Amino acid sequence: MDPHLALQLIIQGILLGGIYGLIALGLSLIFGVMGVINFAHGQMMVMAMYVSYWLFILLSLDPYLSLVGAAAAVFVLGYLIQATVVNRILDYPEAMQVLPLVAMGLILENMALLFWGPDHRSPQTALSLQTLWVGPVMIDVSRLIAFVLAIAITILIFIFLKKTNIGKCIRAAADNRTGAILVGIDVDRIYNTSFALGAATTGAAGVLLLPLMPLSPHMGHDFTLTAFIVVILGGMGNLIGALVGGLILGLAESVATLFLPATLKQVVSFSLLVVIMLFRPQGLFGGKK
Amino acid sequence: MSILSANQLTKSFGGLMAVGSLSFELNEGEILGLIGPNGAGKTTVFNCLSGFLPPDEGEVFLEGQSLAGLPPFQICRRGLARTFQIVKPFLTISVLDNVMVGALTREKSTAQAQTAAGEIIEFMGLARVARQEAQGLPLPLRKRLELARALATQPKVLLLDEVMAGLNPTEVDELIGLIQEVNRRGVSILLIEHVMRGVMALSQRVIVINYGLKIAEGAPAEVVKDQGVIEAYLGKEFLIAQG
Amino acid sequence: MTRRHVFFAAVLLVLLALPLFLDKYALGIFVMIFFYAYVGQSWNVLTGYTGHISLGHALYIGIGAYATTFLAQTFGITPWIGMLVGGIAAVLIALFLGFLGFRFGIRGVYFVIMTIAFAEITRLIVSHVEALGSFSGIFVDFNPSFWNFQFRGNLPYYYISLGFMLASLVAVHLIEISKLGRFMVAIREDEEAAQALGVDTFRCNMFAIAISAFMTSLAGAFYANYIYYLHPNSLFGMALSIELILRPIVGGLGTLFGPVIGSFILTPLSEISRAYFSKGGLEGLHLILYGILAILVVLFMPKGIIVYVKRALHPILGTTNAE
Repeated sequence: MDPHLALQLIIQGILLGGIYGLIALGLSLIFGVMGVINFAHGQMMVMAMYVSYWLFILLSLDPYLSLVGAAAAVFVLGYLIQATVVNRILDYPEAMQVLPLVAMGLILENMALLFWGPDHRSPQTALSLQTLWVGPVMIDVSRLIAFVLAIAITILIFIFLKKTNIGKCIRAAADNRTGAILVGIDVDRIYNTSFALGAATTGAAGVLLLPLMPLSPHMGHDFTLTAFIVVILGGMGNLIGALVGGLILGLAESVATLFLPATLKQVVSFSLLVVIMLFRPQGLFGGKK
Repeated sequence: MSILSANQLTKSFGGLMAVGSLSFELNEGEILGLIGPNGAGKTTVFNCLSGFLPPDEGEVFLEGQSLAGLPPFQICRRGLARTFQIVKPFLTISVLDNVMVGALTREKSTAQAQTAAGEIIEFMGLARVARQEAQGLPLPLRKRLELARALATQPKVLLLDEVMAGLNPTEVDELIGLIQEVNRRGVSILLIEHVMRGVMALSQRVIVINYGLKIAEGAPAEVVKDQGVIEAYLGKEFLIAQG
Repeated sequence: MTRRHVFFAAVLLVLLALPLFLDKYALGIFVMIFFYAYVGQSWNVLTGYTGHISLGHALYIGIGAYATTFLAQTFGITPWIGMLVGGIAAVLIALFLGFLGFRFGIRGVYFVIMTIAFAEITRLIVSHVEALGSFSGIFVDFNPSFWNFQFRGNLPYYYISLGFMLASLVAVHLIEISKLGRFMVAIREDEEAAQALGVDTFRCNMFAIAISAFMTSLAGAFYANYIYYLHPNSLFGMALSIELILRPIVGGLGTLFGPVIGSFILTPLSEISRAYFSKGGLEGLHLILYGILAILVVLFMPKGIIVYVKRALHPILGTTNAE
């Protein structure tokens, strides 16, 4: 085995893992606060990617600049989904909560298909082909930027939840719904905000991915599944676990390409998922549930 | 003759002891009360007896045979049935169908199970609502349904977990009568209950536990005078104030 | 009771005579109605009656289709036998999934995710097996004969798919009134309470998933010899898994006629709107409508449209046992 190639794959895996972590952070936040699994997560991410792509095509706005706008767009989308659908199903049995969100994913996926067509699109941004050599290892610049920004956004989310009033309300509502209602928190609104925040996070992650892979309407559910795997690895509702889980999965998928065709790397992640569910259902880092 | 016995049952949750080395015997034909303040570990005892939780240590014997390692459904088939403190009716099916699930573990055909279930429903005074979905029942009837389903499994030993909680005095008295009748038909009963009226009327003996430990055992009238028991329920301050 | 029998006999007669009045296109729509009613019913056994949500049921369709076609094209084994082999393969996979899920207490959302994982793993593996056509799939050879389960025109498929649907209704009705069926419903409502009443829930869960997988896989054999093209993404993919659960949900989960009613409403809607919208360049619009409909049903009539159908038919059928 070529040690340089291995090193290259490990670095690539870690860089990708940071973005996986950010995607999953949103899912984990939504689960941690509402106890709901967002089966439309990847599809929401794809929406953000298309918004960013649109801004790039129409206004030549670099994805890194349109990141905030695209995240804001899915923030609104998430807010509306929570306010109109999810808030109504919180008291349903777990099984019946799955279906509306699956349907939501179906709607979003086909809206993307309707608006932007089935073609794969890869915007050629200024940085998308630039590379950097660190010793013998080649790193894509856009991959590195994505990783750094993903970590930065993750840290911002943590600070937001710890320091701001809304963040404190979110944590209170997550901890004890009844208690939060009793001290006068408008829990419905906090829920809307939490779902929106989770959506915006995954949207931001999507935009960071935009220069790295071709965009198509049907890629959403792969990322929904990726987010599930990461969150189950790290423990449902555990935000730090999401980040670490993301790094592990990124690494595992990347290194797996040493032994398997790249198209089979997901077999590794799904197998990892099943094993974790069997032997450590609470995730590697404990967490709720 | 003891029909059910617990030998040195111990169960902890994350270092917190819920039941500590608890031993007791339920005699054949007896009604035994298990009382104690909230959080004393009573429901944990039931979960260990009925196979829903494996005890950390100790063993349970039904008619002299160990129940160690048996799953709940097999324990039920051996003749030990239980009710749940928070009742668990099958909401979207009828009362009759609810009871039939219990009856089907004993009867060969659904027709026989239906007959058996019908008799129990009659006995429990649920005949009027037999065809209704369980989700329409008020709490007192849900409690009865819980009991009816357990009876349908034809138990030798019945564990009743707070079947009287939330009932008004008339309903409590009716239920006392029914439970006495069940007992008269040969079912031995272990009963967790906070409604003292029920405990006093039904139990021949009472065991008191607190923090998972047995603190008293004996006839109901004596146990309620026990210093330790009063202290456990009402706190030391109460005793001091009483002088 | 007799009134109901007369009603059902009349419906059956209409369905038997209907092809006399239908053109090829309309026949095709009915084939799809019966097909999805059958698949929905098969899924209903596990999810509707027993309460374990599977979002990976396309897996069993794929197994049935691939097994039947592979055996027919490689060894010349008739699909009538091939579909049983596929059924057994589907049952084995389902039992493995069920063993992991039910033995280790994987429930609710975790179970859902595991069913997806199994379907995806299988899809990826099949996509890499040369003998199964890899990514490009398999074209099914067309040699029409009864023995080959292949026919000219839609008429034979109409009666076969109708037969599948009716057989599934009878089978599920028999399950419904059996001990197993009653235990399955008890598990759906409260698994712990069922255990406390002496129900061997593990065994019942295993039976439920095995029956469901077997029935679903037979639909795969039908699909292969009706569509004549197998593609891993469309046969094992999540899109089909979602597609096949919408009808029973809209019709009424855990009811005998829910999947049928759902299919009679959604399938024509889907077929016609698909044809209509994609002509206008509006691909995907029918799935958006679908999704919206599914959400509305779950939010505002969680018991499904069957409730309203029952009410409407009440004057004809008289009272039923329940309610």
